[in-house]
Amino acid sequence: MAETGKPPESYTLRIRRFDPESGAAPYWAEHTIELEPHRSVLEGILQAKGRFDGSIGIRCSCKAAICGSCGVRINGQPGLACHTHIGRAKETSRDGVIEIEPMGNMPVIKDLIVDMDAVHWKKVQRVTPWLINKEPIPEREYLVDRESMVDVTQTMACIQCGACVSDCLSMEVDPLFIGPAALAKAYRFVGDPRDAQQYERLQDLAEDPHGIYDCTHCFKCIEACPKGVAPMNQIMRLRRRAGSDHHISDRNNGERHEAAFVTLVKDHGLLWEAELLPRSHGGNSWFGKFAPKAGLELADSLPVITKAMLRRKVTPMGALKPHKIPSADLKQVQDIYDTVHGRDERLELNLYITGYDEDEAGAQEPAAVAASGGGDGGQTAAEGGQPGMTPEDSPTR
Amino acid sequence: MKVAYWPGCVSRGFTPELHGSMAKVAPLLDIELVELDRACCTGAGVIAEHNQELADTLNARTFALAQQVQGADLMMNICSTCQGAQTECQERLDANAEYREHVNGTLAKYDLRYEKDNLANKNFLWVLVEELGLDELRSRVKRPLTDLKVGPFYGCYIVRPTDRLGIDDEKPRDTYLSLVIEALGGTVIEYAGMQKCCGFPIITMNKEASLKQAARHLGDAQDADADCLVTPCPLCHLNLDLQQPLAQRHASRALDMPVLHLPQLVGLALGLDPKELGFQRHVVKPASVIDWSTSVVAGVGDEGGAVSARGW
Repeated sequence: MAETGKPPESYTLRIRRFDPESGAAPYWAEHTIELEPHRSVLEGILQAKGRFDGSIGIRCSCKAAICGSCGVRINGQPGLACHTHIGRAKETSRDGVIEIEPMGNMPVIKDLIVDMDAVHWKKVQRVTPWLINKEPIPEREYLVDRESMVDVTQTMACIQCGACVSDCLSMEVDPLFIGPAALAKAYRFVGDPRDAQQYERLQDLAEDPHGIYDCTHCFKCIEACPKGVAPMNQIMRLRRRAGSDHHISDRNNGERHEAAFVTLVKDHGLLWEAELLPRSHGGNSWFGKFAPKAGLELADSLPVITKAMLRRKVTPMGALKPHKIPSADLKQVQDIYDTVHGRDERLELNLYITGYDEDEAGAQEPAAVAASGGGDGGQTAAEGGQPGMTPEDSPTR
Repeated sequence: MKVAYWPGCVSRGFTPELHGSMAKVAPLLDIELVELDRACCTGAGVIAEHNQELADTLNARTFALAQQVQGADLMMNICSTCQGAQTECQERLDANAEYREHVNGTLAKYDLRYEKDNLANKNFLWVLVEELGLDELRSRVKRPLTDLKVGPFYGCYIVRPTDRLGIDDEKPRDTYLSLVIEALGGTVIEYAGMQKCCGFPIITMNKEASLKQAARHLGDAQDADADCLVTPCPLCHLNLDLQQPLAQRHASRALDMPVLHLPQLVGLALGLDPKELGFQRHVVKPASVIDWSTSVVAGVGDEGGAVSARGW
């Protein structure tokens, strides 16, 4: 947290200017402004606009990280201009000049304003972002478990700023990818017990070639989000529900890939890469490789397979025989699989909900802390008079 | 320095040269490797996607095995993906005592137990900078990589999320590859894709998008005039090297970009022979760009640039 009460300093902003309607190429404009270091980059931009060039295009409203209007890239990182200290922005800059660009993956309307309608909102519309009522609709309100609503609160924290869309690496190569913000929104309804079409939603998103299995797991959206929504984690939850709960066998190999991976590690303790690819395409068994789909994939990969064999990167024996861990250890691994799979409910610890243990004393004796009223408002799952409950059953937020 | 060494699956499977070169390099850096040969796959995020508790329990078992290694200073891996997957599990285990006890309860029947605050798990890259130290590394260089232009390629799991991985102003772990390349005498080539995704996680789901990602970064590195890339992640290596002939189709040009594993680059500067380091196992042979046998002074520009004219 930046200190307040410091005197104003000079900051130089390098702002990306572009007006597509002018026909001129984009260019950089530098302006030096004066502000206290704890003030925001947005205030810096507005000062430059007020003092030097009224034509700088920037969208903003609340200046308090609530409305999500002022998403930009600062020194290459997406975020809210109003939520970034200008002193910190200078520290993270390459050459002492704060570089401000419009967000990525969306067309620029003017300067720092991007077309959210063309990309972000269209994708949000794509996931049916409203509740589909279960019938019959109750006369009064729906009654739901507290826990089930807590599960979707993380996605509800989204302010639709588009920072995650800006940085999405899958969208960079596949503009049709539904993307992090919209898929997080999709989980908001898939995870809602009042929704009537969870299965249909999941099937739709799993079968779409640009749906949940198009996420490349790069953590960019988690890093970009100013609100801790962790869109990638929500996408993984959608996959977990689609694959493990509903066994939706999708055309994108998503469910098969996961099943093959999980099975191969259970069978051998280590991953058997040569078997993973054909099984992901052809089905999760040793015979998967003989399925037509797997054959097509192997044929397509022939240049690579040949090269790998020639270089002795992969030997025929290596491809046909898995590497294994000692059998006593493999038994332990398989035993762990059986124990965890045998539970009545899948246990998930969401640190966004439960938070972190405050201190070592509390961590070792959670019940004692709860009893003594310690932990002053901390978020440990064990407090609040709920000792003995599993973490996901005792959210305290 | 003695480390509980987790090599991962791929370094013993499709990238055997990685495990091999690490074994050759370790003694030159006085790192004693105690291999965790009883441990299982980290799940690479996929098992966690299937069932979080399963991934956490399997990795807690690995952590417990590492904590049993007598005299080990820390646990070391040579795979960005292992680092990320394990750190994610470790974060959950460390964050919540009750959850940790629950997981330890499953491990109890194998006489295993994971203790919080007693296990640093670091990628070889972090070990080089934080444990060995860059000055020490520099002093051990026998054959500086003079004029070799190396592009870093980190792999997502080792640079994001920054708070989970402990990346901050004091430990700028997302800049370590550059520091190591410089310490080895090489020239760092920065390019757009160096901290982006190689595309490997979706190679079975959306092959075109996956290969486009690899092609894009390889092309960016080529445009920035890199002689080769170096990566601490064998999965990235699979998409960038093994799949390069296919990725090339999406670049509409010859890429011919050798991709080195981090221990290979270090080994080269420490005086090891390219053959010992397994360079011949790569799909894009590093020798096709640089004549490693006589010197590591880059000769790319001298060859007139044409791929076919290089003749190696």
